[in-house]
Amino acid sequence: MTWLNANWPQVIELSGDHLALSVPAILISILIAVPIGRLAHRRPKIGTPLLSAATLMYAIPALPLLIIIPVVFGIPLRSPATMIVALSVYGVALLVRTAADAFGSVDARVREAAVAVGHSPRSVFWRVDLPLAIPVLLSGIRVVTVSTVSLVTIGALIGVPSLGTLLTDGFQRGIEAEVATGVIVTIILALILDVLLLAAGRAAAPWTRTPRAKAVAA
Amino acid sequence: MIEFESVSKTYPGPTAAVSEFSLTVPSHRTVVLVGSSGSGKSTLLRMVNRMVDPTGGRVLIDDEDVRDRDPVALRRSIGYVLQNGGLMPHWTVLDNVATVPVLTGTPKRQARLAAKELLERVGLDPAMGRRYPGQLSGGQQQRVGVARALATDPNILLMDEPFGAVDPIMRRELQEELLRLQTELHKTILFVTHDIDEAFLLGDEVVVLREGGQIAQRGTPAEILAAPADDFVRGFTGVDRAERTLSTMEVDGRTIAVDGTGRPVGVFAP
Repeated sequence: MTWLNANWPQVIELSGDHLALSVPAILISILIAVPIGRLAHRRPKIGTPLLSAATLMYAIPALPLLIIIPVVFGIPLRSPATMIVALSVYGVALLVRTAADAFGSVDARVREAAVAVGHSPRSVFWRVDLPLAIPVLLSGIRVVTVSTVSLVTIGALIGVPSLGTLLTDGFQRGIEAEVATGVIVTIILALILDVLLLAAGRAAAPWTRTPRAKAVAA
Repeated sequence: MIEFESVSKTYPGPTAAVSEFSLTVPSHRTVVLVGSSGSGKSTLLRMVNRMVDPTGGRVLIDDEDVRDRDPVALRRSIGYVLQNGGLMPHWTVLDNVATVPVLTGTPKRQARLAAKELLERVGLDPAMGRRYPGQLSGGQQQRVGVARALATDPNILLMDEPFGAVDPIMRRELQEELLRLQTELHKTILFVTHDIDEAFLLGDEVVVLREGGQIAQRGTPAEILAAPADDFVRGFTGVDRAERTLSTMEVDGRTIAVDGTGRPVGVFAP
């Protein structure tokens, strides 16, 4: 605890860096994976190979990926942008299949009823498909969130500061308390984001938590 | 007025879902298509709002080919009631009823206010408007479905086995409710069912379909009962069944109706 007492401003700052890397990566993952998942659900012929390819990206080892990204995107190696792109690649890989399943979980009869009463295709997506996909989608987003928050730490290996810095620094200098703090604070961050997501999901899907009331006579 | 002009629908495969079907649904009347599964009755109904496009022939609404209409605008101009209500589970009852007015640009507030009145019109407590469909009974959901279909006061109502999934007592109530509404609203209703009793109860005209959308017989319920066209209609309508073969019997000066098994089923009004 003495280490933490002396270094807490640094821990706070690194937590901020950690969030600044993970939150954009999570958002980018969602923005990319949801349309791909939707496409995969609507057109399985294109979608099935696309899903397999996207999922395979998760198999790319992290260190080579961190070196390829700056080359492909023309950004400096030791930049937050490199980390965010890498994390987004993994995030998309993790999320696409759940995104496709999320759209698959929407009752086809509900979708058809929406079309039949006069929703335009755009309206069917925004007002019917997407909101009804939220519960399943959210479970995928939670996995991506926790995974991203923990993956951010590898950025320390290429010198992008995050809570991972406490791990590399602690290992090099043999400070156990610093390593332990890095691990524990990372887990706490992941838990906080998970709880926030859970709350947001409940707010966004109020119909799922209303228990079936006893029907009154018509 | 809805007209089917030698309409056909073929899917890849040996048999046509519907072939060369012609029918006129006059304005302000209820026409019921009745047949078992595979008769193409739902396919025919869905051609009216272009959920299905025919592969041959045309469907006209007031002399205009529906193919020339934008499908979304067309669907919004027609009331559609589906089996199981077809309600959006993530919207409140009120928002479900207000669906089409909101889609066509009516302010939400105003649409919800109108939706409350519609709930009353179909026999529901307007306070129910705040609930989600999952919290309602099957019969209540079906009433909400009817209210939604009436929200834009359309001329045409399409009803696709709307009462098929509710229990018999509730079904009877909903049928009576529809008859009452129709005496007030005078819509042009095309109704699809596999239940011949429902067809006879609701239809000004009944069209009995056999496989592939072939018309076995069309006429008023009385005409069909009085003179079934062939054995198929005879079997489907059950005119030979005991409960439809009534005879009279005198008991203490009153005339009693008895069915084919001799069971008394009613008494003639003096």
